[in-house]
Amino acid sequence: MPEIKALTGDQAVAEAMKQINPDVVPAYPITPQTEIAMTFAKFVADGDVDTEMIRVESEHSAMSACVGASAAGARAMTATSSAGLALMWEIVGVASGLRLPIVMNVVNRALSAPINIHCDHSDSMGCRDLSWIQIYSEDAQEAYEHTILAVRLAENKKVLLPVMVMQDGFITSHSLENVEVLEDSKIKKFIGEYKPHKPLLDIKNPVTYGPLPLQNAYFEMKRQQIDAMENAHKIFLDIGEELSKITKRKYYYFEEYKTKDAKAVIVVLNSTAGTTKAVIDRMRQEGKKVGLLKIRLFRPFPYKEVANALKDIKFAAVLDRSDSFGANAPLYSEIKNSLYDLTKRPKLQNCIFGLGGRDISEDDIEKLFSDLLKGNVSDKVKFIGLNE
Amino acid sequence: MKKSWKEMDIGGLTEAASSLKFKTGSWKSFKPITDLKKCINCMICVVNCPEDCIPSKDGKRKDTDLDFCKGCGICAKICPVKCIKMEEEQ
Repeated sequence: MPEIKALTGDQAVAEAMKQINPDVVPAYPITPQTEIAMTFAKFVADGDVDTEMIRVESEHSAMSACVGASAAGARAMTATSSAGLALMWEIVGVASGLRLPIVMNVVNRALSAPINIHCDHSDSMGCRDLSWIQIYSEDAQEAYEHTILAVRLAENKKVLLPVMVMQDGFITSHSLENVEVLEDSKIKKFIGEYKPHKPLLDIKNPVTYGPLPLQNAYFEMKRQQIDAMENAHKIFLDIGEELSKITKRKYYYFEEYKTKDAKAVIVVLNSTAGTTKAVIDRMRQEGKKVGLLKIRLFRPFPYKEVANALKDIKFAAVLDRSDSFGANAPLYSEIKNSLYDLTKRPKLQNCIFGLGGRDISEDDIEKLFSDLLKGNVSDKVKFIGLNE
Repeated sequence: MKKSWKEMDIGGLTEAASSLKFKTGSWKSFKPITDLKKCINCMICVVNCPEDCIPSKDGKRKDTDLDFCKGCGICAKICPVKCIKMEEEQ
């Protein structure tokens, strides 16, 4: 039987890692991710897992050790946040370029400067173009389940790309929630044995990892990564369906919450989706037709499916918790792209909110919905919660 | 032969020791000319060559492998009997 445990988002991820029992976990502490590595280190010390935990001197080394371990044929995982991900940067691209199925939990935190430890999505959005699959989680339960799903998706032979699983720093990572932890045996069976593609430790079949392909072959390798992302788009659903059989929950590219007859919809990532649902429930009681589109899979981005989900909506607000400074914000940019081929499409309002952990309240969301329902949509970005 | 991206292994994986086929010697603009008669087989150049392209056998220094020598000139600089000269490649 699944067990209900009181866990924070970080602890829930550590619980998933315990069940996955990876071969190697190199990690370096950084707020608000620290509790993942710390909780997992206890599992290692207590002998609950067989993992070789490597206490590295930086995140650049953490990802380097993941790359080395994964190329050798090990199942490797790590976790980070903000500046840690930024320091890792060079090797983040190496992991995907070498097609190593590493799974990394990113607990979203604002990038410096100015230094700030609270939630926004500038860290993971900064590396959305580095050929990692990106899955965003609303709460601890999703972070737990997405981590399990991520291992299978990364290791699929037609994918072989690393996966990043996100959750909101502090809001999710440090809040205690009821988390349904599934049976160890079921997860073990779901995850299965890792069969690496040409590992370095297979000394009978030696291979070269990381050669120097210049004008002659680099382009072809990037084309293969594009192909792998296209495969991931379909395989995400297949693996999600398999996981559904255990959890009885759905893993579609996004969650549509009361959008069927909705006139106004909010599109958002991570924990703010939860706040939005609470507002929708209240406004629906007043007969207001409002809904939510919560994006789960950000890379590869499900353009066609998003277009289909939004085509009959009149007004939609896209809420970004990061900006692209001088260009459209990341989520808004993708949603707008999705709608290009439609003849009838919703009017869009881009909103930026919550940078550096600035709170977004139910009242803020209700006001936004009310504006949308009145058709109050502008091509100027709305900054929710900013001291103007 | 140009290979399609569909035929190539992923992540740039190639057979082991594939660098032997990559003749980096074509990069050099100066090449070392060694007078083996003057050479005292001290092996200082052999251990200092960054490309590991100065072979030796049975205590004798052999001719530099110009397929891999990039012409850095370290061997000429450190040779105690000055038996290596750098000549411009034509």
